[in-house]
Amino acid sequence: MALRSPALGAFMVKELRHILRDRQTLLVLLLLPLAMVVLFGYALRSEVNDVRVVFVDPAPDAATAALRARFAGNGRFRIVAVAATTAAVEPLFRRGAADVAVIVEPGFAGRLAEGTPARLLLVGDASDPNTGSTIQAYSRAVVAAYQAELGAAGPGARVELMTRMRFNPRLESANLFVPGLVALVLTLVTALMTAISLSREKERGTLEVLLVSPLRPWQIVLGKVLPYLLLAFANVVTALLAAWLVFRVPFRGSVALLLFASLLYAMVGLALGVLIAAATDSQRAAMIGAMAGTMLPTVMLSGMIFPIASLPGWLQPVTYVVPARWFIVVSRGIMLKGVGVEYLWPSLLVLVTMLAVLLVAAIRRFKARLA
Amino acid sequence: MSAAIEVRGLTRRFGAFTAVDAITFDVREGEVFGFLGANGAGKTTAIKMLIGLLAPTSGEARVAGHDVLAEADEVRRRIGYMSQRFSLYDDLTVRENVQLYGGVYGLTDPEIRERGGALLERLRLVHAGDARLGTLPLGWKQKLAFSVALLHRPAVVFLDEPTGGVDPITRRQFWEMIYAAAAGGTTVFVTTHYLDEAEYCDRVSIMVDGRIAALGTPDELKRRFDAATLDELFVRLARPAAAAAAGAV
Repeated sequence: MALRSPALGAFMVKELRHILRDRQTLLVLLLLPLAMVVLFGYALRSEVNDVRVVFVDPAPDAATAALRARFAGNGRFRIVAVAATTAAVEPLFRRGAADVAVIVEPGFAGRLAEGTPARLLLVGDASDPNTGSTIQAYSRAVVAAYQAELGAAGPGARVELMTRMRFNPRLESANLFVPGLVALVLTLVTALMTAISLSREKERGTLEVLLVSPLRPWQIVLGKVLPYLLLAFANVVTALLAAWLVFRVPFRGSVALLLFASLLYAMVGLALGVLIAAATDSQRAAMIGAMAGTMLPTVMLSGMIFPIASLPGWLQPVTYVVPARWFIVVSRGIMLKGVGVEYLWPSLLVLVTMLAVLLVAAIRRFKARLA
Repeated sequence: MSAAIEVRGLTRRFGAFTAVDAITFDVREGEVFGFLGANGAGKTTAIKMLIGLLAPTSGEARVAGHDVLAEADEVRRRIGYMSQRFSLYDDLTVRENVQLYGGVYGLTDPEIRERGGALLERLRLVHAGDARLGTLPLGWKQKLAFSVALLHRPAVVFLDEPTGGVDPITRRQFWEMIYAAAAGGTTVFVTTHYLDEAEYCDRVSIMVDGRIAALGTPDELKRRFDAATLDELFVRLARPAAAAAAGAV
């Protein structure tokens, strides 16, 4: 039963040779995390850059100038027009030349000084509702910062805007996506690749020969799975390095804990891959099964891209069985919030439980089906 | 002479369907035993039980002196198996395939080197030792698969339609290898669709509808059923079953 059995060793050498020999697949698998981080990081952002502002200022004074400077200096905003009347706004919106109008009322500085509310109207181009509301949120953040500054300086205006973005003050979506991407990459390499490689042996009949040999079912499973675990580990490191170097995604918590959680999640994925291979009869079926059964939920139902809270109510409970959901809680917690086991143990425990259940099911299914 | 394979009332049912119906037979040590039957007669199910891939519903079988169910591990160490589907890895080299199976069957590195080297020499494949298996012609691959199945010197080797899709010359060479193995004391249990090949066996059994309809040396059987060839005999035995099946539909 020893892990260092020569039979298992010979089997793993063979498995490594398969992986190393298939250069194209290996290259894809190694470069994939890099490509995904870059692509997702740039393409899949919910934040909007280069927001074009039309600033309507009927009676410029010191206060409106300061507010304008705030927008101009934010980096995200670009003031494309300064107008005296609101009539200028409509044509700009229609032409698609502006995204948001910031309209201040005359006598802005005077009202602020008196302590009467100085009114400010934000008009967004909401033809794309998501972008529109995002821009609204950004603009409110700028105004809020301005009001806070005023409040610190003197009696100030009444500040009602309290949009505060913790952990991600500039709403960088790369920060939110990267921890999820690690989950996606791991799912791909573990669940998908194991399912394919195991079902390939089934399809070609080589598995039958292995099962007739003195190798035990758990040795076959382990020998199949360990090389992919190595590969998955390399992928996690690449993805995190890329995220850190390209997007400056913060790394606030323990690297060791994150690597441990990744390993745990990778093992869950591997067990799923084995189960899928055991339940299907061909490589093609296994691939489709792995795509539909693991990749899709990881992208759609894990909170990686779409917040779980914004899913329809009936769908939300489904996310509880998606391993990625729990892993993403852990990876975001570690990377963005810098929290440790003391806060993350419930999610980690869920993953450990999933792993135990899946492992038992995978080996049992494997045995029952083939022996 | 003692029995390499003893089968007593071996039965396997799948739901209401009885694939193998209480078969009983012995295979002697060093014998070349042909296991014949039409498709669907229960051959594959019977073999799967003998090599431990399928549990019998009832009855028992001993292979190389061990019970296939209770002592599956002992059996596995003592048998070789070549499936009807090609069972080596195309993306590994000839030598790597040999290493894999040697390792899986617990041979030491020096043993693998020595036996592997001798094997390649016998097959005249030394020059191709580092070539990927996928680049070799099918006949060579089949011969290699057979030799690899014998690498750990099993007491019994199971060959499931080993010569499917192979040219007549290679088939001939293959049977020479089978005889050599039997002469070396290995019991050979072989299924085939080629009835001329069945004539090469010491004894053959013919399965019809999950039962063994005939068992004996090729000459005995031809005499007993008054048939000129095994081919004629096979068709005569298998036809009532086929006719009944057609009638039932």
